[in-house]
Amino acid sequence: MAAAPARNIGNWWFAAVLIAALALWFAGKGTVPWAFDYPKAWMIPAMQWVGGFSKWLVDQAHFGLFTFKELTRFLAGLVDFPYRIVLSLLATGFLEGQGSAAVQIVPPLPWWAVTIIAALFGHWAGGRKLALFTTACFLFLAAFRQWDSAMVTLASILVAAPLGTIGGILLGVACYRWPLFQRLIAPVLDLMQTMPVFAYLVPVLVLFGFGPTAAIVATLIFAMPPMIRVTLLGLKGVPGEIHDLAAMVGCTQAQTMWRVLVPAARQSLMVGVNQVIMLSLNMVIIASMIGAGGLGFDVLTALRRLDFGAGIEAGFAIVVLALVLDRLSQAAADKLGAPQASTEGRSFVQRHPHGVAAAAVAVMAILLAYMAPVLQAYPQALSVSTGAFFSDVVAWINVNYFDALEGFKNFILLNILVPAKRLLFTVPWIGAVAVLAALGFKLGGWRLAVLAGTLVFLIAATGQWEKAMITVYLCGTAVVLATLIGVPVGVLAADRERLWRGVQAVIDTLQTLPSFVYLMPVVMLFRVGDFTALIAIVAFAVVPAIRYTVLGLQKVDPSLIEAGRAMGATPWQILSRIRLRLALPDILLGMNQTIMFALSMLVITALVGTRDLGQEVYIALTKADIGRGIVAGLAVAFIAIVSDRLIAGAAARQKAGLGLA
Amino acid sequence: MSDVLLSCRKVWKVFGPQPLPPTRELEGLGTEELTARGLVAAVRDASLDVREGEIFVIMGLSGSGKSTLVRCLSRLIEPSGGEILFRGEDLLTADTRRMIEIRRKHMGMVFQNFALLPHLTVLENVAFPLDIQGMERKARAARAQQMVELVGLKGKESFYPRQLSGGQQQRVGIARSLAVEPDLWFLDEPFSALDPLIRREMQDEFLRLQGSLKKTIVFITHDFDEAIRLADRIAVMKDGVIEQAASPEEIILRPATPYVAKFTENVPRAKVIRVEKIMVKPKAKSYAARVPVRSNLAEAAKALKPGVAVVGVVDASGAFVGEIRREALTAQIMAG
Ligand SMILES: Nc1ncnc2c1ncn2[C@@H]1O[C@H](COP(=O)(O)OP(=O)(O)OP(=O)(O)O)[C@@H](O)[C@H]1O
Ligand SMILES: [Mg+2]
Repeated sequence: MAAAPARNIGNWWFAAVLIAALALWFAGKGTVPWAFDYPKAWMIPAMQWVGGFSKWLVDQAHFGLFTFKELTRFLAGLVDFPYRIVLSLLATGFLEGQGSAAVQIVPPLPWWAVTIIAALFGHWAGGRKLALFTTACFLFLAAFRQWDSAMVTLASILVAAPLGTIGGILLGVACYRWPLFQRLIAPVLDLMQTMPVFAYLVPVLVLFGFGPTAAIVATLIFAMPPMIRVTLLGLKGVPGEIHDLAAMVGCTQAQTMWRVLVPAARQSLMVGVNQVIMLSLNMVIIASMIGAGGLGFDVLTALRRLDFGAGIEAGFAIVVLALVLDRLSQAAADKLGAPQASTEGRSFVQRHPHGVAAAAVAVMAILLAYMAPVLQAYPQALSVSTGAFFSDVVAWINVNYFDALEGFKNFILLNILVPAKRLLFTVPWIGAVAVLAALGFKLGGWRLAVLAGTLVFLIAATGQWEKAMITVYLCGTAVVLATLIGVPVGVLAADRERLWRGVQAVIDTLQTLPSFVYLMPVVMLFRVGDFTALIAIVAFAVVPAIRYTVLGLQKVDPSLIEAGRAMGATPWQILSRIRLRLALPDILLGMNQTIMFALSMLVITALVGTRDLGQEVYIALTKADIGRGIVAGLAVAFIAIVSDRLIAGAAARQKAGLGLA
Repeated sequence: MSDVLLSCRKVWKVFGPQPLPPTRELEGLGTEELTARGLVAAVRDASLDVREGEIFVIMGLSGSGKSTLVRCLSRLIEPSGGEILFRGEDLLTADTRRMIEIRRKHMGMVFQNFALLPHLTVLENVAFPLDIQGMERKARAARAQQMVELVGLKGKESFYPRQLSGGQQQRVGIARSLAVEPDLWFLDEPFSALDPLIRREMQDEFLRLQGSLKKTIVFITHDFDEAIRLADRIAVMKDGVIEQAASPEEIILRPATPYVAKFTENVPRAKVIRVEKIMVKPKAKSYAARVPVRSNLAEAAKALKPGVAVVGVVDASGAFVGEIRREALTAQIMAG
């Protein structure tokens, strides 16, 4: 009850500001030009600041014992050394000498040995079925001539994922141990989660140069935050009694952490490992732009040359790799999280049959490589290429359905995209700042108002307004479309058990795929441009819309539905008046996720020629311009943060209103 | 009277916004006044002595502050005021090193929800405190094995906690807390998470163990029947205050406050008074009917089946230490 007057004040403010902003909007540019185009003279030179800072960092920064440059070199070495070993083992072999004069002294593991070792791992983690699945996936990679690229990608992941896991655990433990450290790092983690992936690449590129090392560093930075979070959550979730136990048996601080708390949180840590692996894959693909090589590079070059056949083959290879890594890491996590049968009193071989077998295969493979080098490569005769086939299919579709596809595209462009874009371009920046701040006040009090107002103002003040508006227009349209598709699908699936299981299987798979992969088929059909970007974003962002709708609907208390039925409500009334009404907070949260997904995809679509902030980051990347990249990246992050906080506020209010909080 | 092993004097534990006021300012304040200041006094001015070799039960309803009190006694939390003496040494002034040493060597604790480590087997869980102390592998395995057998879990050494029933899990907890041969044994509602039947069985098991181990025990429960079954002495707590600390008989026959009286009014004398109080010197070498020395009059009455005139009283080693005749027993029960 006490909140009611405050809420009214919020409403009044909001209405007043809205009317004022609308009036300004209708009055148009002529009246107060500075309200529409942010004046150059007031611009905050953030780009120069960031650029200058990074220049200072690279050229002059000195931490007493060592310079910043030495620090980055050291970090690079840390990553580079294991990467060289894994890469040699999987792809290049161990070389003696430099460049073209290099001689191979030990050959890499041949395709069959890697396949067998992977299958053994699958068997250890998940039994015969998983072993078969793993074998099939690796054979696919070999048969479709994707082996070499796939191994380069795999090598990056095999280095990045363990380092990311260990680093994440260490930082998570530090957060747990020193709350101050957590408070320092939490906003950084939040920001990192909302920054578009490309934005990571720019500073990494500048600091570490072009090449696989830089790519792995970027991957590490990208994949570590969830592990930190999971570790922290896992440690916080350890029951109080376990803490007491540690104290009562006289554990020292280190013993409490490493002998009690971390093992007790093992199950949640394992969930984090799976996430790290999947994020690493996603990022390694994207990091092909700064020299990661491998499958991502193949897709990238194919995209640039519009060579669909090659692109789709590499795309399939990424999908296969994603599937197999996901299954393997999940099975391994379950296996390690669960208790194992006791192995007391058995020999080493009995205790580690899979490990011993894998080592034996590796040794044998290397020996065989000297004796019978023929076995080294996958036989040409058995390999398949579908590149030409896919190129033909695309050509055929484009010849036969060109008019239909083009008509569809133009319809959407002319009736939705172009008007939305025009409309947003006329929005005065100062009006947007005011309205969003007022909305923030209405939904979450003055703190939210200040946050929303400041961030939106900063977007304008750093000269990103126009590009931001394109971002908002593309992202907004995509979110609306994704919601229009996702919510009805969710409603249909929510109470149809079999349908939901099917849908779930599809969206789970979709979610494991690196975002890059989504571009391929759309570009083939619609070529580059806003419309293509829109379709790719919708395809990527529809997943959370469906998922949260189903979750929300399934959570509704069945007794309420029965009560509705008892009152004689029609099925439609039950759906619209009871179920959707109660599921609204969850659907709103789903929308939130949809926006996040859309923004992260939007940046990737810079590759297909959009003109938004993503493009700005992409250009910065190609020019290695840190200032430009970070400022544009931050602008995207700001959009994400503002929409996230506003929607979360709205969802919380809905929840409180329904007494669900 | 035997020696006092652990005693606490005027111990307070106050929860609330920091900084907390000094406890002497709080003396005499009622719960309402404390609540008005945003404070919760979970333990108020508690003083008690735990004697060597006795089972000291702390009894009280949920939220009365029992757990908080033992957590103060073991210094798992820092009391807001008062002192805690373990063999005359003030625990509250001991530094971290000393505290670790005391806990490793002299204290054991059993937890309500078992607190077993999920990633260790039964044997490893039991050996864990020894491992922490750096005991060598073979020796600790042998010692843990001994403990596992003591609590009747032989054959389950390589099981993981989640593969055991609640009762079995708590046996592991008990074995673990005994592995270091503690002098002082804390049990915080060890049987509350178990079904009534299992609980009864575990109580018997506990008494059997204590019969041979003779530990000094601080046992917490909210179950009055459990308290009178097990206790040498009981402290009754209400709202953080110890209302009365005395033997079970005393508590029932002479309750110190109306609250304790209300608690005990429905408990029949026969369930409280122990056979050792009314038994006389054994006259025969052996008896057909027998009861343990710790049993109460009701249990003795059960043993006196129709046609049996006298029941023998046996101690933990099985030797006869007394006898009770039917007439004497009836007279005692009728008197209540
Ligand atoms: N960390 C804490 N912060 C604030 N209040 C607490 C804290 N721990 C306990 N309390 C309060 O202290 C009082 C006593 O709690 P305690 O856990 O000691 O009760 P208990 O007698 O053990 O109850 P139970 O039988 O439910 O275990 C309760 O009112 C509880 O709310
Ligand atoms: Mg308790």
